[in-house]
Amino acid sequence: MNDYIIKVENLVKKFGQLVAVDNISFTVAPGELFGFLGPNGAGKTTTINILCTLSKPTSGRAMVNGYDVVRQQSQVRQSIGLVFQDPSLDDRLSGLQNLRFHALVYHVPASFREQRIEQVLKMMELWDKRHNVVRNYSGGMKRRLELARGLLHHPKVLFLDEPTLGLDPQTRNRIWEYILELRRREGTTIFLTTHYMDEADKADRIAIIDHGKLVAMDTSERLKKIVGKDIISVKTSDDKRAVEEVRFRYQIEARRDSNGLTFEVVSGEEFLPTFIKEFGTKILSVNLRSPSLDDVFLKLTGREIREETGDAFKAMFRRHGRRMRR
Amino acid sequence: MNNLRGVYTIWYRDILRFWRDRIRLIGAFFFPLLFLFVFGSGLSSRMALFGSGINFVQFMFPGIIGMTVLMSSFMAGVSVVWDREFGFLKEVLVAPISRASVAGGKTLGAATVALIQGTVILLFAPLVGISLSPWTVLVLLPLMFLLAAAMGSFGILLATRIRTVEAFQAVMQMLTFPMVFLSGVFFSLQDVPTWMSVLAKINPATYGIATIRQVVLRAPPDSPFGINLLGHTMSLWNNVALLAVFGTAMTLLAMRSLGSQE
Repeated sequence: MNDYIIKVENLVKKFGQLVAVDNISFTVAPGELFGFLGPNGAGKTTTINILCTLSKPTSGRAMVNGYDVVRQQSQVRQSIGLVFQDPSLDDRLSGLQNLRFHALVYHVPASFREQRIEQVLKMMELWDKRHNVVRNYSGGMKRRLELARGLLHHPKVLFLDEPTLGLDPQTRNRIWEYILELRRREGTTIFLTTHYMDEADKADRIAIIDHGKLVAMDTSERLKKIVGKDIISVKTSDDKRAVEEVRFRYQIEARRDSNGLTFEVVSGEEFLPTFIKEFGTKILSVNLRSPSLDDVFLKLTGREIREETGDAFKAMFRRHGRRMRR
Repeated sequence: MNNLRGVYTIWYRDILRFWRDRIRLIGAFFFPLLFLFVFGSGLSSRMALFGSGINFVQFMFPGIIGMTVLMSSFMAGVSVVWDREFGFLKEVLVAPISRASVAGGKTLGAATVALIQGTVILLFAPLVGISLSPWTVLVLLPLMFLLAAAMGSFGILLATRIRTVEAFQAVMQMLTFPMVFLSGVFFSLQDVPTWMSVLAKINPATYGIATIRQVVLRAPPDSPFGINLLGHTMSLWNNVALLAVFGTAMTLLAMRSLGSQE
């Protein structure tokens, strides 16, 4: 048994002049929930497309389940399950027919097929809806059907590319319950991409990717230690003056943004009372929190992931627009 | 073995979709029957008989069968464009089946649906005064299937390169009508101007239509219903071979084209 199920070495993918994936290397252990975190356009989907043989790397190597993604495509495909960013169901067929199609192309043995289909449909609580045409499924149901389908052939690795993009928060939470449930029951390795911090936080290990480069890779806890300190956000009557006062009084360089200023201190709970007592500039509001993955990303790249959500919204809008055209 | 299963699965899905949507059969009959009975009957009195008691409607009947098969299978490529737009193509392309089985399964699916439609038109033979022996039907079915597969694979090849359903339909319409008019569906290609004759002989559909007509009307290849290619009278087997080569080439190209999708 290998100690990794995915191994990526010096992977590069260029589209003309654009370097979408810039020399990344990592491994994923069997059974791991591995999160790929980064803004839209960071290279997450390009990496997944290479790992699932839909796209060829410009240089470098990638192995999935011991098979080379360029030279052993068929074996790689047999080893993986996929839930794409965009829906990929035949919406003219029923849920059951979609799964039967999948079972046939993935060579699920006939003796075992119907039983397995029933099992995954029940796990995703779609058994009662199995004869309904997929067109009439809700967004969340379609996602669940795709999860059921991705699992059907007992893949070694399940790729989830932004599995909750375009879903409302409630449905997102439900989908996550299903993902964690399938992981508990099947022990499948999960490779997840997301630009949601809270989703990445569920992963055993997180790789942060930006502009095609891996900027950090570790557990969520240890990544947060990069920031190390607690974060204090203050709104004052005069932010410019407040920045100077923070610099003068504590030798800390605060960042200014539209919401006031932000700076980091060791053990914020003890710092805060004295700060409020002795600070000369008038404080309007103050907020103390422990570092999030957002802060980690900010620290590493100088930008916030959230700045990019405009694109996600646009992407979502395109998808919905497409659905409505039908 | 794996390839065969892949072909079967892709084919089966297309048939399943057709069956769920079988109301479209009605639309598929309307057009050919309109041509046959309205257009045909209207012109019949003005057209000379083609010797041996064949009238214009009877002349057109095998052509209309060919046209039905051709149009249905050619347009079937739209399902590839459709699948790409709605994402299902990704599920297919990432599955552990070869590109060859995808292209092959799609071609056979298109041909099967077209064959069903063509066969229903065949049932109207008694209405135009043509009697078909079981033997004739047995010869006709594989010929119709071959024409359908050849045109279907051509449509699928185009579909692998066209991104939107709208563009595909525009391109297909631009190709379908010239192909139908230049294949001898509505008139004999014997006494047409040279430029038309040249175009008709480049058109692969011509050979399928001619073969179907010769079988339905029991005419020999050297009759006015035959094709003379570069001084050579095309026999039934010549036509079959030509369509088979064309269809295979198109399927291979479609396979390659599917392989290079990103």
